[in-house]
Amino acid sequence: MEIIIVILIILMIIAAIIALEIRDLLSSIVSLGSVGIILTFIFLLLQAPDLAIVQFVVEILSLVVLIRGTVKRDEEVYSKQKFLSRAPILLSLVVFLYFIVLGLKYIPQFGFPKYKLAEYYVKNAIGETGAVNVVASIILNYRAYDTLGEATVLFTAILGAVAILRKIGKIKK
Amino acid sequence: MKQNNNDKKGMTLIVKTVTRWTVLLIILYGLYITFFGHLGPGGGFAGGVIVALSFIHIILAYGKEIVMKKFNETVSSILESLGGLLFLTIAVLGFIVGVFFKNFLGKGAPFNIISAGIILPSNLAIALKVGFGIFGVFLALILFIYKEKD
Amino acid sequence: MLPYVLCLILFLVGLYGIITKKNLLKIIISFIIMENALNLFFILIGYKKDAKFPIFIKDMSTTSMVDPVPQALVLTSIVIGLSITILMVAIAIRLYEKYKTLDITEIKNLKG
Repeated sequence: MEIIIVILIILMIIAAIIALEIRDLLSSIVSLGSVGIILTFIFLLLQAPDLAIVQFVVEILSLVVLIRGTVKRDEEVYSKQKFLSRAPILLSLVVFLYFIVLGLKYIPQFGFPKYKLAEYYVKNAIGETGAVNVVASIILNYRAYDTLGEATVLFTAILGAVAILRKIGKIKK
Repeated sequence: MKQNNNDKKGMTLIVKTVTRWTVLLIILYGLYITFFGHLGPGGGFAGGVIVALSFIHIILAYGKEIVMKKFNETVSSILESLGGLLFLTIAVLGFIVGVFFKNFLGKGAPFNIISAGIILPSNLAIALKVGFGIFGVFLALILFIYKEKD
Repeated sequence: MLPYVLCLILFLVGLYGIITKKNLLKIIISFIIMENALNLFFILIGYKKDAKFPIFIKDMSTTSMVDPVPQALVLTSIVIGLSITILMVAIAIRLYEKYKTLDITEIKNLKG
């Protein structure tokens, strides 16, 4: 199981690098779509079917919105730097990765999580709530306030996007 | 000779025929995932986005005039606000009985549809809000016309 | 240990895209890659070996379940990431209309 997940994450990294370096914008959006679909498959392998449905649908929607953002671009914009002038940035990212990996030894091993809070939820969810889906009872019964906050964030972002794209009126003299 | 009826807008005839047959199935699937959110995977967010995607499908295949006769931006913003207010009403009714978001409806037997208290109406309210919100912002994106010269 | 390191390498690929790219749409694509990497990291932490998904089935013998708390948090996070993408694309459309280019080294003057 771990081997399959490692191979799929390597495929995601290759698809992400292709999405960044290719010059045609439509091809890079298609490559971004493939990153999302491999992530859906990884969610199914990690036993999270709720998340696989949401990730798949949200990925398709963001692809449609991104394609709307690329219509009518006739000129190309790409960096003309050589590889050597970007070497300091790559070096600093490698140093960053080294320090994060040093801190990773405090996380429990892959496959053996600490299970303290989930023990209570799994044991008492069907008795206190009556819902069979434990994740739905967490987001709508035990932690419903976070769902209210997320609904507020979604509402504000949609309000902001509609307000930005409004037609500007002219003042008649 | 070609006999397609797309001389004004939209996509080719094959896309229009397939859309006409499958868009109702997509809406039905979205409602199924919303209603059975407490018995299987899914919930309000997934169902709402699927219903919004079905409307976007009709716009992409037929052009925006056919959909905007019934669902213009005013209707979608009213329905989105209605969904948000419904979610808040469920929370405040719980506050009157006990704490905020208290589960005041009865818990039926598990594996029934009418069970689990406030989870089923909450899923419906969230699906209404998310679905019409995403559809409204898609309408705002496609109704934006570039000014050709300043 | 190895899945965690690879997930962080994906996050650093997205960070590299934000720092070095000049096209505005490539920067938006890098944001989406970073958000996907973070959601994957949360679910990798909550995975339990030989356990099933957190939904009860009829006549099920008591087996163990995967940790359901990170799944509830990531569900919220995916929808918020979608709203951020929509807002960024709306701003990019407006910037293209005003400056006629998507190059961030030319969108410099702040006055109207």
